[in-house]
This record gives sequence, structure tokens and C-alpha cells, in this order.
Amino acid sequence: MGTILFDGIAYGMLLFVLACGLSVTLGLMNFINLAHGAFAMLGGYVTALLMNRWQVPFFLCLPVAFVAAAAAGLVLERTLYRHLYRRSPLDQVLFSIGIVFMAVAAADYLMGSEQQIIRLPDYLRGRVEVLGVGIGIYRALIIAVCGLLVLALQWVLARTRFGSRLRAAVDDPRAARGLGIRVDTVFAVTFAAGSGLAGLGGALGAEILGVDPTFPLKYMIYFLIVVTVGGTSSLTGPFLAALLLGIADVAGKYYVPALGSFVIYTVMIVVLLLRPQGLFARGGSR
Amino acid sequence: MTAASRASARPAALRARWRWPEGLFWLAALGALFLLPDQHLILNEIAILALFALSLDLILGYAGIVSLGHAAFFGLGAYVAGLLTIHVDGEPVLGLLAAAASGAVLGFATGFLVLRGSDLTRLMVTLGVSLLLFEIANQAAGLTGGADGLNGMAVGPILGRFEFDLYGTTAYAYSLAVLFGLFLFARRLVHSPFGLSLKAIRDNRLRAAAVGVPVARRLIGVYTLSAAYAAVAGALLAQTTQFVSLDVFDFHRSADVLLVLVIGGAGYLYGGPIGAVLFRFLQDWISGLTPQYWSFWLGAFLVLLVLIGRDRLVQGVRRPFAGLLSRIGGGR
Repeated sequence: MGTILFDGIAYGMLLFVLACGLSVTLGLMNFINLAHGAFAMLGGYVTALLMNRWQVPFFLCLPVAFVAAAAAGLVLERTLYRHLYRRSPLDQVLFSIGIVFMAVAAADYLMGSEQQIIRLPDYLRGRVEVLGVGIGIYRALIIAVCGLLVLALQWVLARTRFGSRLRAAVDDPRAARGLGIRVDTVFAVTFAAGSGLAGLGGALGAEILGVDPTFPLKYMIYFLIVVTVGGTSSLTGPFLAALLLGIADVAGKYYVPALGSFVIYTVMIVVLLLRPQGLFARGGSR
Repeated sequence: MTAASRASARPAALRARWRWPEGLFWLAALGALFLLPDQHLILNEIAILALFALSLDLILGYAGIVSLGHAAFFGLGAYVAGLLTIHVDGEPVLGLLAAAASGAVLGFATGFLVLRGSDLTRLMVTLGVSLLLFEIANQAAGLTGGADGLNGMAVGPILGRFEFDLYGTTAYAYSLAVLFGLFLFARRLVHSPFGLSLKAIRDNRLRAAAVGVPVARRLIGVYTLSAAYAAVAGALLAQTTQFVSLDVFDFHRSADVLLVLVIGGAGYLYGGPIGAVLFRFLQDWISGLTPQYWSFWLGAFLVLLVLIGRDRLVQGVRRPFAGLLSRIGGGR
């Protein structure tokens, strides 16, 4: 019971790091980016490649994965995405589906269709008993890293100048521009950071989620659930939603495997029905 | 009737009139039955895809509902037809009716979901419904065969008379007949006051409600109908290939059909059929170049399509045929 809860929390934290970039692009910038998982996949592949081909230590891979995904995000944002901020949802959906198809085929072509196996260093692979609860060291690490990230993100958004610029740019781009905020740059940096976080999540989760070419499609719905159920007005909503989703998914698959992902989808639909703006959104609509 | 009201009634009536390119289109489809005897399998697929895209056109092109999970109804129809064939009766027409009924029921039930929220909520809910059905079909392996698919369908002759053959000739004739029949109905519908009120809702929901259009009822109505159409398309696929697998619920299918409709252009009914033909050619051509990775180029095509602008690209391709298309009511 305790172990399941623990694994669920680790899984949820991981989902949050993977999805928080999306909660910014989707929630704040109003861009329906179904291709978010592609950046996570990139991070996973970078890690797998570095570790298996060049024996790079795991902890060094994480920042590299972040940078690689962030760079890819920045390039794509500057060249393609920024033309689509003002387009209709249908256009955005078609465009990002196109990106997903390309990413899936490219990963298949470059790396093969089989799942990448990552050998964690030995000191991360053990399991310790704390108060009778079996705790995987690796999962404890994930919780620690993701927890720190959550705090850092919240701090950046709420306390720094960049955070307030971002919030201003989102609330009213025109007024923000009038005040001398370079909205385009803010959006580009935000998009890159979100993609980078997805890449970092992909690298961290490579061992748990598995990395193969279908990754962006397989986890797309999870990211979308986190964001839509969590609402988009703050980071707390998606964070709680990710935790709930992680725990529900792990517990559901453990206790009632016959139901599979059924529970999650049902919960999502019901939540969207009752609260179209998300579970933790502030009242009223945009 | 006053002169003014007659004058305002005329354009709608005019638009509803048949024009010769439409006849040409259906003649070509019929001609393919006799002139391209070794292409019937592929033509059958095109006809089914066309019907599927037509069903999406009803909600996207006429009511403005964006859906990422239209495969839910397609798959439901396929499984209903398949299970009916195995457990009850091999008569295909019966299967179609059952599929249409089940699709309509599911469409009606989920129609209430798409009324709420923004486009994003709609996308999520439709996607969620199709994933839910995928999961059900996957888990209820006793009934659906799970990941192995539904095997051992023995589809009987159509109306007890026309036996399915190996070359897909009967299959194509059958699918084409169903497509044509349903197309006629859809055509009649979109030119009716019902269809006109849908367009009003699509263009401005608030204003439509203000002039007294019952928005919710109309949207649920057309969503139900569209679901039934999609289910029939799924049933056709199940019956003509005599096999159903989880693939019918796949996300890929919902995305493909959206692409088909976008290629053909939404909102004038011929977008589905024309898009299906173009999509199939595109698919054949690209997979001829790179058999395994054709989805890459499909993705690239999608990205390009959106960047250039759907309207502009489609208009550019259409320009040579602009005269033709304007005659069948396209090129909005």
C-alpha cells in the first residue's frame, strides 16, 4: 500500500515535469500543442544514446537532455510555432499532429522501432525499507528532483521579473508590448524552457515509461489530461492533477488491472463535463 | 408569399439544384466499377474513407464541431457489424442498420458532452471517448478478441443475392451504393432548413440562438447523425474485409480522416469523397517512395498545409477546377 502510494507519487511528479511545459503553451499561450511528447521523446533518446554509446554518466545526461530538447523547442518555435499562435484550434491540431507523425517516423528511422533500454547506475537501482515501506532509490530521486523543479518553477513564475513579464504577456499581449516587454522573446524562452523540461522528464522517465518511437502518441493523452483536468490558471492545478493521475494510474493498474486505463479516461471526461475549465481553475471562464 | 421572401428563398433553392459536375463525379465513380476491374479493393477503401470523411464533414464543415475522436463511432460500427455477423446473422444490410443504430445511440449519448466548453474541451472529450472505447475493446477480449482482433466473420451475400468475391467487385459496388445513398440524404439535409440552421450556428452561435435556433438540439441532432454515418463506414470496412481489429479505434484513424477532410475542403459535402481519392493517391505515391516511413511525409504535408494556409493551398490546387467546384457549391 505504502509502496504503491510512493510509486504513484513518483509517477505523478514525473508526469508533472513532462506536462508543465504544455500547461504553459496550452494554458497560458492558448496553443494546442499535441506534439509536446515529441520533445520528451527527444530527451529520452538523447539519454539512451549518450549512456549506451558513449557511457556518459546518468547525471550528466539529464542537463544535456534538457538543453537538447530546449534547443529543439526554440528552433521550432522561432521557425514554425510562432506563426500559429493566432490560428484556429483546428489548424493548431493539424499542425501539431503533423509534427508528431514526423517525430515518430524520424525516431523509427534513426533509432529503430524497438524500445531503448537504459541501464541505471548500480547505486540508483536498490530499494530500501523505510518504516516498512519499500522505497526504490531511483523513484526517491525522481521525487526529489521533480519536487525541487516544482518549487523552482513556482518561484520563477511568482517572484522573478521574468515570471511577471510572462504573466503580463499572457494576460494582455498588446498592453505588455506597450509597456516595453518583448512578448515574442518571452514566449520563445518560455516555449524553449517548457520543451526542455519535457526533455528532462523524458530523460528521467526513460527507465519507467520506456522510450520508443510511439512515445509522443502513447503519452499525449496523459499530458493533456494533466493540463485540462488541472486547469491552466496556475501551476498548482496541473501539479495536483498530475499527482492524482499518477497515484490513480499506478493503484488502478495494481488493484484492478482488468480496468486498465479505463478509470482515468472516465475521470477525465466527467471532470471536463462538470468543470470545463479544469478541476482547480478559479471560477469563471476565460 | 411576398416578392421579398420569394427572392430570399431562391438562393437556397438554387444552391440545392443538381449540377452537371456532380453527375460527372458519380458517373466516374460508377465508371470505375466497370473500367478498373483490378482496382476494386482500393476503390472500396476509398469509398469507405469517403463516407467516414463525409460523416466528419457533417459536424466539422456544417456545425463547426472539431473532433479528434471520430474513430470512436467508426470502430463501434465495425465491431457491432462484426459481432452481429459472427453471433447472429451474416446479412450485411442488417449489420449496417445495427451499426447505424448503435452509432446513433453513442452519438446521442456523447453529443451532450460536445455541447460544453471550448474547442479544446471538445477535442479532449472526443479524444477521451475514442480512447475509452479502445480500452473497452482491448479489455473485453472475450467478446472482441482483444489485440488479436475479431476473426472468423462469415459475411453472407447482400440481400441473400450478391456474394462477396475475392477481387472486391461486389464490395466496391456495395460500398459505393451505400455511400451514394447516404450522400443523397446528407445533401438533402444540408439544404433543408435544418442544414441552414446548422450553418447559422457554425457562423455565429450567439446570433443563431438569438434568432430562435435551438442550438443544443440542432448540434446533438447532427452529431447523432454523423455518428451513425461513421458507424456505417466502420461496418462497411468490417464486412468487406471480414476482419475487425483494435486498429479501428486507433488515434491514427481520427487524425487521418481529419486530414482527408482538410485536403478535400470542409463544408460542401464533396470534400470527403474528393479528399479520400486525393489522400489515397498521396498515400500510394509516398509509400511507393518510402514504404516504411510514409507517415513522416504525411506529417510534413500536414505541417506545410497549415503553414501555407489550408485555404490558400486548397484554393491554389483548386483554381484550375474552380469553375467546376463553384458549380457543385464548393470553394466557399
